[in-house]
Amino acid sequence: MNTVAGDLETILSSGIRLAAPLAFAACGEYVAERAGTLNVSVEAMMLGAAFCSIAVAGLTGSATAGLLVGVLLGALVGSAHGALSHRWHVNSFVVGLLLNALVLGLTSYLATVGNPSRHQVELVSVPGLRDLPVLGAPLFVERWPVYLLLALVPLAWWLVERSRWGLELRAAGENPEAAHMTGIRVNLRRRQALLWCGALAGLGGAYLAVGEVGSFNQNMTAGRGYLVIAAVIFGGWRLGRTLAGCAVFGLADALRLALPALGHTVNSQLLISAPYLLALLAMLLFTTRQRRPGALAQPFRRTP
Amino acid sequence: MTRAGPWVSAAIVTAALVLPGLLIAVTGGSPSAALRALIQGSLGDATAVSQTLLYAAPLLLVAVGACCSARSGVFNIGQEGQVLIGALAGAAAGLRLAVPGPALLLVVLLAAALAAGAWAWLSALMNRLRGVDIAVSTLLMTFLAQQVVAFAVTTPWLLQESRLGEAAALPQSNKLPSGALLGSLGDHPGLQLNLGLAVGVVVAMLVAVALDRTRWGFRLTVAGLNPAAARHAGIPVAAVGGIALAVSGALAGMAGAVLLASPLSTNRLQPDISIDIGWDGLLVALVARNRPLLTIPVAGLFAVLRAGGNFLAATGVPPYLVDVVKALLTLAFVAPAVMRRRSVVA
Repeated sequence: MNTVAGDLETILSSGIRLAAPLAFAACGEYVAERAGTLNVSVEAMMLGAAFCSIAVAGLTGSATAGLLVGVLLGALVGSAHGALSHRWHVNSFVVGLLLNALVLGLTSYLATVGNPSRHQVELVSVPGLRDLPVLGAPLFVERWPVYLLLALVPLAWWLVERSRWGLELRAAGENPEAAHMTGIRVNLRRRQALLWCGALAGLGGAYLAVGEVGSFNQNMTAGRGYLVIAAVIFGGWRLGRTLAGCAVFGLADALRLALPALGHTVNSQLLISAPYLLALLAMLLFTTRQRRPGALAQPFRRTP
Repeated sequence: MTRAGPWVSAAIVTAALVLPGLLIAVTGGSPSAALRALIQGSLGDATAVSQTLLYAAPLLLVAVGACCSARSGVFNIGQEGQVLIGALAGAAAGLRLAVPGPALLLVVLLAAALAAGAWAWLSALMNRLRGVDIAVSTLLMTFLAQQVVAFAVTTPWLLQESRLGEAAALPQSNKLPSGALLGSLGDHPGLQLNLGLAVGVVVAMLVAVALDRTRWGFRLTVAGLNPAAARHAGIPVAAVGGIALAVSGALAGMAGAVLLASPLSTNRLQPDISIDIGWDGLLVALVARNRPLLTIPVAGLFAVLRAGGNFLAATGVPPYLVDVVKALLTLAFVAPAVMRRRSVVA
């Protein structure tokens, strides 16, 4: 194998590994934003789930149990966010930032005191396909939870675009007053969307911990939750483009890590800031091609 | 719908007070010793009080700015980035401009305020041109600001320090000249009253007067409380909000300059110079419910938690629980029971 193909394979592998947690969480955040709620608590969902998955994997000895508890923890954060911002009408950005600070503080403390152990799910490789040149190893030798994406992405799309629940959800995000008039419980739909978002962001965080890294470090998500929000914006609130955004962000991160080792100089600051820059530019330039929900980040209160 | 409100607030306050102690006890520590350390490290002696007051100054500046923008109905959550941009501009001015003595300090503070104000105003511009949500763009621009500062201090032709001899240059700027530093006020045995705190308190008072007693403040408040009515009354709501956002950014930037020029830092621009003051200052404004004068005691409380938390770390208890207390207390203050009377941010 020549070196260029080898380098490409390395970068692709690490790009996909870095993109996978983002993709899980993006499938959740996409649904939440289509319902009109912009929750910056994705970071809290991912970080909390990452910690709990490692802790539970340490207690039970099963990485799969850790993954499941991570999903539950994410959903718990999602329901807390939903209750505070769509039942008691506290500003959603405030709730998100506070949940992030809360979870960061709790997990940092517990990780320092408890010193969680290492646990990791198994690698699977698809026979035959793994021997493909360049694409074989990056796509077909992975930790098994990655392949959940094959089911979850279509499910998220179907839920939002084809199910009755998704129709009501989109109505709640597009025009809450009109949705309310037709009998849709706007805030209930938004809370349910947050629950889904929490579960998937939790899966992303847990995958990062018990899937890729195998251990928990303080603040190990390091802003990935904000990257997910940038991906949904960059994708113009369409699922396919959002996932493409996750792939681009993952690859940018992989390039930043790989290029110096391969002897190239690279402006790491530019690569780190690229996702946020791209998200801002997408909002400025492609407004007409986006499906920005009409009432995104606007609270809905029934007037008595 | 809001009947559960008081109970929620009470539950959160209880959690804020009990949970950290419980966690310490469960993990084998002593809650009362930790509490004593927290108070000892923040209010115990003159040195501790000096440290607390040092933290209070930048917190106060950020919080007063956050009051301005939130009162106008514009929700700025990018203070952390604005603090960094302010510190960057302050460092550039302090190191590059040949202004003599104390005048340089003034130049540093002004440069920081102008740069961070302009940085924040970009969000208002994006909102005006393309309807980009201000909370979202200020948040995203925080992450840009972090990389801008990291770039500046790792690039020799920008602000990276110049090293003589063999030693490799670190990712930081040169030390600010002494004329640009915030000195101590008066001579008190053991106690240091830094000039930065005076700047913060004066700004808080000025902004309180400006918001409550001037035409500018009135228009700003009306625009925030009822944009439709304000528009009918001929108030240019978007422009008023944009200026409020710029003021908010400018004060956060000034906090960055205070961090740079006070003994809290090494007086060099470093990528982590903002030490989360921007995030914390926003919480201070939320707890003070956007009233500039109330931010003075609240900033004091948050400074106590910060200085005490640092001392706590020295006694072997990981200081992260202090962040848990801050988050839960703020949550209790923004929870419904308190918000019902006057919902400025809601």
